[in-house]
Amino acid sequence: MIQGSNMAECHPVGFRWVMEAKNRGATIVHVDPRFTRTSAVADIHVPIRAGSDIAFLGGIVNYIITHERYFRDYVVHYTNAAAIVSPDFQDTEDLDGLFSGYNPETRHYDMRSWEYEGQQRSPVVETHQEYHELTGEPWSEGPPQARAEHYDETLQHPRCVFQIVKRHFSRYTPEVVEQICGVPRDLFLKVAQTLCDNSGRERTSAFCYAVGWTQHTVGVQYIRTAAIVQMLLGNMGRPGGGILALRGHTSIQGSTDIPTLYDLLPGYLPMAKGQYDADFGQYAFHNTGRAGTWSSFPAYAVSLLKAWYGDAARADNDWAFHYLPHITGNHSHLMTVAAMADGRVRGYFVMGENPVVGTVHSALHSKGLRALEWLVVRDFAPTETVEFWRTGPEIARGEVRPEEIKTEVFFFPAAAPTEKDGSFTNTQRLLQWHHKAIEPPGDCRSELHFMYHLGRRLKRLYAGSADPKDRPILDLVWDYPTIGAIAEPDAEAVLREINGYTVADGKLLSRYQELNDDGSTACGCWIYCGCYAGGVNRPARRRPRTEQTWVAPEWAWAWPSNIRLMYNRASADPGGRPWSERKKYVWWDAEGGRWTGYDHPDIVEAKPPSYRPGPDAEGMDLLSGTDPFSLHADGKAWMFAPAGLVDGPLPTHYEPQESVIRSPLYGQQCNPARLEWDRPDNPYHRAYNDPRFPYVLTTYRLTEHHTAGGMTRWLSWLSELQPEMFCEVSPELAREKGLRNGGWATITTARGEIEVRVLVTDRIPPLRLEGRTVHQIGLPYHWGSRGLVRGEAANALLPFVADPNVSIMESKALTGNIEPGRRGRGRRVVTSGPIVPPLDHDGAPRDLRPPASGAGSGKRPRER
Amino acid sequence: MIAMGAKGFFTDTTVCIGCKACEVACKEWNQLPDDGMFFTAMSYDNTVSLGASTWRHVAFIERPVPLGGQTTAHGISWLFMSDVCKHCQRAGCLENCPTGAIVRTEFGSVYVQPDVCNGCGYCIAGCPFGVIDRRAGDGRAWKCTLCYDRLRGGLEPACAKACPTDSIRFGDVDELRATARARLEQLHARGVTEAYLYGEDAARQPGTEGLNAFFLLVDRPEAYNLPPDPVVPTRKIAPAWLSLAAAALGMAAAAVGAVASSQERGHS
Repeated sequence: MIQGSNMAECHPVGFRWVMEAKNRGATIVHVDPRFTRTSAVADIHVPIRAGSDIAFLGGIVNYIITHERYFRDYVVHYTNAAAIVSPDFQDTEDLDGLFSGYNPETRHYDMRSWEYEGQQRSPVVETHQEYHELTGEPWSEGPPQARAEHYDETLQHPRCVFQIVKRHFSRYTPEVVEQICGVPRDLFLKVAQTLCDNSGRERTSAFCYAVGWTQHTVGVQYIRTAAIVQMLLGNMGRPGGGILALRGHTSIQGSTDIPTLYDLLPGYLPMAKGQYDADFGQYAFHNTGRAGTWSSFPAYAVSLLKAWYGDAARADNDWAFHYLPHITGNHSHLMTVAAMADGRVRGYFVMGENPVVGTVHSALHSKGLRALEWLVVRDFAPTETVEFWRTGPEIARGEVRPEEIKTEVFFFPAAAPTEKDGSFTNTQRLLQWHHKAIEPPGDCRSELHFMYHLGRRLKRLYAGSADPKDRPILDLVWDYPTIGAIAEPDAEAVLREINGYTVADGKLLSRYQELNDDGSTACGCWIYCGCYAGGVNRPARRRPRTEQTWVAPEWAWAWPSNIRLMYNRASADPGGRPWSERKKYVWWDAEGGRWTGYDHPDIVEAKPPSYRPGPDAEGMDLLSGTDPFSLHADGKAWMFAPAGLVDGPLPTHYEPQESVIRSPLYGQQCNPARLEWDRPDNPYHRAYNDPRFPYVLTTYRLTEHHTAGGMTRWLSWLSELQPEMFCEVSPELAREKGLRNGGWATITTARGEIEVRVLVTDRIPPLRLEGRTVHQIGLPYHWGSRGLVRGEAANALLPFVADPNVSIMESKALTGNIEPGRRGRGRRVVTSGPIVPPLDHDGAPRDLRPPASGAGSGKRPRER
Repeated sequence: MIAMGAKGFFTDTTVCIGCKACEVACKEWNQLPDDGMFFTAMSYDNTVSLGASTWRHVAFIERPVPLGGQTTAHGISWLFMSDVCKHCQRAGCLENCPTGAIVRTEFGSVYVQPDVCNGCGYCIAGCPFGVIDRRAGDGRAWKCTLCYDRLRGGLEPACAKACPTDSIRFGDVDELRATARARLEQLHARGVTEAYLYGEDAARQPGTEGLNAFFLLVDRPEAYNLPPDPVVPTRKIAPAWLSLAAAALGMAAAAVGAVASSQERGHS
């Protein structure tokens, strides 16, 4: 199942294996608003309305339960289906689209009613609530603490997770799927049957998704719905199963593992929070799991602080915990840009990104850049982000004059991957080393070079300072050896630090279980511990598949512990025997008294299937021999999430912020916890049926260009293949609006207006929805004002609005208008003022409670 | 005739995903210029055809009919086909070349020697596929070399190397034929009954005596901008000369006869 992803176009190299699977008899299903290059080679293509995937997947959940197609033994033992939930929990079915605990004033949920019944209340949940009350920010991250107290393995208890899931999804019938998604019910049923027929003991199915699922105001819950499908069918932790998140760049997985995210430290340790994580004790208390892998949190955190601050991190100074920056709220990308536009950000580093083209509402982004004191950009070419002050659309139209912009811009040419050593971490958690082939030309330098020498110069700048606030810089261990004439830091030395070592004698560690919380070990990223074990650069291993087993453990290195398939304990039955010979992967070797198999077993190797924790068990020992999901404190996969999400324990279909229809399910139209930016330069359309914006817009990538184009629009060989910005429309819409293939069109939203070429194609068919025709308009987003080929950026049309769990923008489903011709002048609300007249009255509420005032979308300002 | 072990391509269009990596790899390896930045509005094809600077070209065919074995809501399909010089067993360009610039290599491929080509353009008229062309500003004729330099170095051609789904397979033509026939049987068994091979041997395509770069297609050749029955023009030279000779002989005979009879009359 490929859904929320155009894998053939956006991941053509990985798609090699999809074609290989197809050649061996796999059925490929593609669910997508457009008939893309992926659909062209799929066995089944299902056109769907952009923004309605939860309804489609919810329909599959309902089909599986109604037709009793679930894998009962797997569901009972490996998921929390049997767990009994608090009697305080109320479902969206009871509350017209809201879960219990919703506060319409703050628009946040109090998650306490979502817990298991009689659960020993986690102190962390309490303190998360305190944190929320203190800062106004929702927060439910951190290690899942929840362990159910009561189970009903017959799955009959009305408050057991299975029955709650069954009731919750019962309304997602094939008829409702057709009504919401525009998918003919026969086609829906064919997909549901195909998926069920290919799951069970003998067979497994996999899901692939990408930003087609994530970039929604309810994006995290899209993926949760797929997870419920896969849990019911027993497709997790088994070969050929799983949910594959296709990452958009070579090392985006690496950049979350060792993060470029504001709220994480390496290895998914939460960033220290304001007044809340007052000292290391508090920080460890808030984040240590009751059981499972996260129960060793202090060891991971202390080892990280030792790696960074060395001898300056001691038990008597809290391991230098106070050196870490503490976050004071949501500092995510969109929040930061909005603050920038309001003059509250002074400087901005942009590396490997071209946000003026690549992120939503590019005019608001440019406004932010104009308000900076300084901007540093590292890229291959002077992108739109570098040149916003010189060649941006506002400059070209004379609305803003370069001499009025005070931002000082520094452009650093970047080295290409072939010009530097380093590693990529790919979609499947595989670290792969790449070696430098040639020296970077001219002033081009690697990121490693830039960051290392910047740090070195900062240390020199602060040398001799007695000010305590300068200690984090002065005490930072920053001693990487350099190589060659340009003093390139040795990337392998960084990998050694990431791997970890004993502080006393510098002995390299071989697994994260060796990490200690007493300062005796240092480790830059606990999940990567072992990647340099024995002094061997394991990511650089290239043993051919013909010389090893089919799991290929000696090709590069996977985190954690070189496990290729996580949660693989679930590939065997509760007794430790493979579910079937065909799907044999790891199993319990009774004679040897240990787990064994083709892969490294993802369970304590000597823990027999019959093991049950005693009353005094702690940490990993609290998980039984049948618990595969060791990152959860109960070792179970969660159909119902008693913690961890801020917008509900179960997925529910909500319409996008801007939709063409009223939600047929609930009075609550949109995700009630979504992040909005209610400001004059970020106007929203009516929630549904906006007469000014009757069409669905969706944005996407093409094979020929890479995201915002910084790597491709300066290359003739790629530029000639897709030389101009265009939209894709159906022949029906073209007739209705008088659009001509190859001609021009102007596309408008309340945020901006762009002119584009027209490509008329049957590949983006109109859908029938509630008896009317819904047209969708496709918009690739690669172009901007610079490069060999140019065009207006699709993202100029998109608003700031985001998913509340991860603050990602909604770019895959919105509304807009299209008119033939080049009438557009590229107007943008940020500089041109209102693009469309406001509606006289807006009778289309997004939320159950009526807005307090009639202005704008009627939402309280979400920014502080 | 082709030496034993001729090398070539089998391009299986049913696994092509239209990524154009072949086009880009070809241009990068051979350092070819772009063909201009023009939005054509012809599906995703903006390089349009093979030419002097585009030696691999991916065609995009949108059809209002479904493909065998595929389920869609609206009965549409989208075909991709990476076209290339066919390296014909009997090559019209080579046979038309008056300077000897176009030669048959030790790999059985047809190669234009740029240092010999004088840009006369006779080869262009000789190709039944419209592959070879002269480059503006340069004047000489250019086309796919089957990456002769890479083959000399023991490497496969750049396009085949870059193809992520093995739609382009490179190897001994004999072996590729066997691979292609097995693939065809597999597709037929799976319900893709419209699949067939194009130009795989002399029996199926006498006009070229078979292609060293042949294809698996699922629509008629014209859908891919391929001729249904290509014939190398020089194939007609022998019969043409024969009929010319016959005609000349006839005329000569008539002339001789006429003279003889007049002489007879004169003598009489």
